[in-house]
Amino acid sequence: MSDAKTAENPSKSANSRKIAVDVQGASKIFGTGADRVAALDNVSVTIAENEFFTLLGPSGCGKTTLLRLIAGFEQPTAGQILLEGQDISSLPPYARPVNTVFQNYALFPHMTVAGNIAFGLEMLGKPKAEIKQTVAAMLKLVRMEDLANRKTSQISGGQQQRVALARALAPRPKVLLLDEPLSALDLKLRKEMQIELKRLQHETGITFIFVTHDQEEALTMSDRIAVMSKGKILQVGSPREIYDHPAERFVANFIGETNFLEGERTKKGVKLANGVELAVSLPEGLAGKSQVTIVIRPEHARLTARAKTGLPGILRHVVFFGTDTHYHVDLDACGEFIVREQNNRGAAPAFKAGDKVSIAIGENAAQMLRD
Amino acid sequence: MAHAAHHAEAARRKDIRNRWMLASPALVIIFLAAVGPLFVMLVYSFLAKGDFGNVKWEFSTQGWFNVVFYRDIFDDTLGFADANMTIFWRSVRLALITTGLTLVFGFPTAYFIATRQPNKRDMWLFLITIPFWTNILIRTFAMQEIVRNEGIINSALIWMGLIDSPIQIMFTEWAVLFGMTYVYLPLMVLPLYASMEKIDFRLVEAGYDLYATRLQVLRRVIIPLVKPGMIAGSILVFIPSLGAYVTPSVLGGGKNMMLGNLIALQFGAGRDWPLGAALSITLMVIVTAALLIYVRNAAKSGGGAHG
Ligand SMILES: Nc1ncnc2c1ncn2[C@@H]1O[C@H](COP(=O)(O)OP(=O)(O)O)[C@@H](O)[C@H]1O
Ligand SMILES: [Mg+2]
Repeated sequence: MSDAKTAENPSKSANSRKIAVDVQGASKIFGTGADRVAALDNVSVTIAENEFFTLLGPSGCGKTTLLRLIAGFEQPTAGQILLEGQDISSLPPYARPVNTVFQNYALFPHMTVAGNIAFGLEMLGKPKAEIKQTVAAMLKLVRMEDLANRKTSQISGGQQQRVALARALAPRPKVLLLDEPLSALDLKLRKEMQIELKRLQHETGITFIFVTHDQEEALTMSDRIAVMSKGKILQVGSPREIYDHPAERFVANFIGETNFLEGERTKKGVKLANGVELAVSLPEGLAGKSQVTIVIRPEHARLTARAKTGLPGILRHVVFFGTDTHYHVDLDACGEFIVREQNNRGAAPAFKAGDKVSIAIGENAAQMLRD
Repeated sequence: MAHAAHHAEAARRKDIRNRWMLASPALVIIFLAAVGPLFVMLVYSFLAKGDFGNVKWEFSTQGWFNVVFYRDIFDDTLGFADANMTIFWRSVRLALITTGLTLVFGFPTAYFIATRQPNKRDMWLFLITIPFWTNILIRTFAMQEIVRNEGIINSALIWMGLIDSPIQIMFTEWAVLFGMTYVYLPLMVLPLYASMEKIDFRLVEAGYDLYATRLQVLRRVIIPLVKPGMIAGSILVFIPSLGAYVTPSVLGGGKNMMLGNLIALQFGAGRDWPLGAALSITLMVIVTAALLIYVRNAAKSGGGAHG
């Protein structure tokens, strides 16, 4: 809050705020020869102070490895990691003002709830009175006051989760790393903890780097998301940017449902195989290819009776989902296309399988991919 | 109703009878192997000694008397049996030091094995157990080759020019300690490994993450978690060390007798079986007392929450 600009203009964009973590060209290679795995491949990303930043990607894409590099459990094979502008690559974990919420919580089984929360403060050599006060405040923050003296084996999974959070937050780290902290919880508890995490981040003002493979979790919780695949970061942006403007096929596929259409680049946009020309948004880092792929989200298109404009096709299936209906359309010369429409109470679908239809594409709905 | 109750009662009795039947092999073994011999020892310790070993079947407290006191054969004055006391004290002292040494050497060894990749651990454990394949007497004689005046240690030191004449290690307490530490080390490593292997090493990372240095992680995370193994290992080493026979007699010689040798002496050349029996029971009492104190303290310091 020392930065006046930040206080006046709580913009979500990274460059208007102080940078908390700066990963510069980090690579991590495990093993040699046939066992060689490039867990991270030249990853660069900046994470702003007080940001809820999410690393999203499928299992094995290198999310945990990136967190472990930031925490100091692994050394980068190449590249640097800066914390508030200082290179921390060579510091051991206990010298970094960064704390981790481990995937399985890793609570100390021989200590009580309070003992776990006090551990970091004790290691930092804080005075007894301060430790007591902070532990009490942390217990209150995660609503665990009643269970302070329980052994960690005597509390539920959700409660262990809270203790792990309190333990990592108690020393007031500059950055909190969370490695799939919610994946072990059942759906209801997970939803609760999502809200709880947002609240904690808001109340503490600590930078959160959150790892998940759950796209919905990433979209609902994050200020910004980095989508990872095979050791690389493919795209960084706000949830809306990532969803509406996926830059690569992998991103578009991994997040939400989408329609892919092939076409040729023109001055106005993209010309599809059926001759229709669409205006498109361009991704960053686009190469000068002429054959391109565009994506259109199912809810950004509308089904109409066969018309002069739009993409012509035959309706194949109508699938009812309660809140909405999916129309599967065989486009002339362009493959399958799914349109999603919100259901209105009592209104029967206007179309049935076999109808000749057209698909009206919304303005700004088409996004060109760079790969 | 009464009928049903009767049935239930009969079933319960049958249940109890079955339980005793099932337990009977264990009970027989416990009686034959533990309680029976102990009882014989107790009885013998209260009998008079025979002229050429064995016992005379008459009640006597002379055996117990001789554990603590000593009657001079020439002037018949009564003295404290300080030779026995010296041996008691030496036994307890050497057993404690041996326990400490095996802990010091066993801990890093077990830690090393427990932190290898799972498929390599069995190989290391296997290597640890190799000494068990050879008889302890042979191993102890082999150790003479290392510690005697012309042995490996002295030859090496002289060769390096660190000493001019051999250091006397053989027939000292050092040799006994060396031998016992070597012999009992696996008994420490195995239980230590068993509890270390169960540690989730992410807890160690959690410790580092929460600003604990290596030493603090060892003290605050690893040791509390390995405590059961440390207790088990210490018990397994302390008990046989206290009663050790082969190592002190081969490496310590006559001057460094331990309780085991003293007891053996009474049943052999000493021809004083009641004293031997009384000494054996004394040894057992020391072990039991030591265990009680140790386990109670360990439980107290291990049960604390934090701090
Ligand atoms: N210590 C290690 N040794 C060898 N390979 C590893 C190690 N840690 C991770 N990897 C490999 O690196 C890749 C990325 O792993 P990880 O970062 O755990 O992925 P994620 O957390 O996204 O599931 C995987 O292929 C994994 O097998
Ligand atoms: Mg992971």
